[in-house]
Amino acid sequence: MAKKEERVKLLGFWISPFSRRVEMALKLKGVPYEYLEEELPKKSPLLLELNPVHKKVPVLVHNDKILSESHVILEYIDQTWSNNPILPQDPYERATARFWAKFVDEQILPAGFMPLVKPEKGIEVAIEETRELIMFLEKEVTGKDFFGGKTIGFLDMVAGTMIPFCLARAWECMGIDMISEDKFPGLDRWIKKLNEVEIVRECIPPKEKHIERMNKIIERSKSS
Amino acid sequence: MASDEVKVIGAWASPFVMRPRIALNLKSVPYEFLQETFGAKSELLLKSNPVHKKIPVLIHADKPVCESNIIVEYVDETWSASGPSMLPSTPYDRAIARFWAAYIDEKWFPSLKSILKAEGEEEKKAVLAQVEEGNALLEKAFNDCSKGKAFFNGEHIGYLDIAFGCFLAWLRGTALAGGHKLIDEVKTPSLSKWADRFCNDPAVKPVMPETATLAEFAKKIFAKPPA
Repeated sequence: MAKKEERVKLLGFWISPFSRRVEMALKLKGVPYEYLEEELPKKSPLLLELNPVHKKVPVLVHNDKILSESHVILEYIDQTWSNNPILPQDPYERATARFWAKFVDEQILPAGFMPLVKPEKGIEVAIEETRELIMFLEKEVTGKDFFGGKTIGFLDMVAGTMIPFCLARAWECMGIDMISEDKFPGLDRWIKKLNEVEIVRECIPPKEKHIERMNKIIERSKSS
Repeated sequence: MASDEVKVIGAWASPFVMRPRIALNLKSVPYEFLQETFGAKSELLLKSNPVHKKIPVLIHADKPVCESNIIVEYVDETWSASGPSMLPSTPYDRAIARFWAAYIDEKWFPSLKSILKAEGEEEKKAVLAQVEEGNALLEKAFNDCSKGKAFFNGEHIGYLDIAFGCFLAWLRGTALAGGHKLIDEVKTPSLSKWADRFCNDPAVKPVMPETATLAEFAKKIFAKPPA
């Protein structure tokens, strides 16, 4: 029973960008893990037991340690397995990466979904407001392959799972070309570069299935 | 060549602004405190934090850092040699500290704010119950994280102490909580003792507003217009 081995389990959900980014980090570090799919919106007893505070995925279980909150988990992974660093070394660059990651989840996500599904101020205004926020990221990535420089890092994982491989699919369902190449050449190039990274490709929800599911989510959200 | 000067843009009453100030004090880093005028935003603030236009902002060698908890980590990492680490040493304990700091900002603080907005006894009761539920979780978190020592971070004040302790001046103004004692010796005994230790720490005392001054200020900013 007391076998000295690293056991890593991840409770996730296939369309959750929060859980996908944890998978990306584990793959980048070459950490083998067991994946347990939550059949959301139904929450398993295991999920409720492991994350009683938030009752959400992702949850990472590393031997006897239980962790939740995707940013917290990414930093934990980075500090536990030191190969292929996720966060930059320099304190200022780290602060910058953390700042933009927070911005993606706390500003871009709320602006980039519900206000487009239920545009109180009109769809054009909602699109412009989302683009204004995305423009901040355009400035950050211009001149670089990735936010992390030559290789993917913390902000690439957070923004990558949230924007091109989650929100963009919702935008496609709604017929919105949010990140057009002419307005966002830097981000457009970044997305193409992301698609070339094998680890990223392995962590993207399959497009057709995703679009099908996203359409259902949008319908449900419209009537909520 | 950019100087190594440190500036903090903030306001004396803001708990979020207290966070970087406590962190800088803990590392004995001198800084210039640039007070924003209540109700107006300076050019420097708008230039340094164009995304959120909010305080606090730390400016170090002319480079701005925004978001209070991110600033605290930046201070800890930049002046790592100048004082004890503000985060625990193991990745797991660090993750737990970050988890609870995020919980405080995303769940606990919004429920605290809604006490002020709550109208009627029923709503007030419900909101208070939420805050108390959060306090109970944080009481347990304190016992788990401190492992019998004085602070969440162990022997020395750290990231999570700062993240939560910055609200103590506001919490102690019981008038602000409608006469309810939110950190209570009976319900949250460990936190109650921790609160005293935190508020009396030399790194905290100079930047923690006096309860009376804060109460006056709160009256002004939360004053309901005449019916």
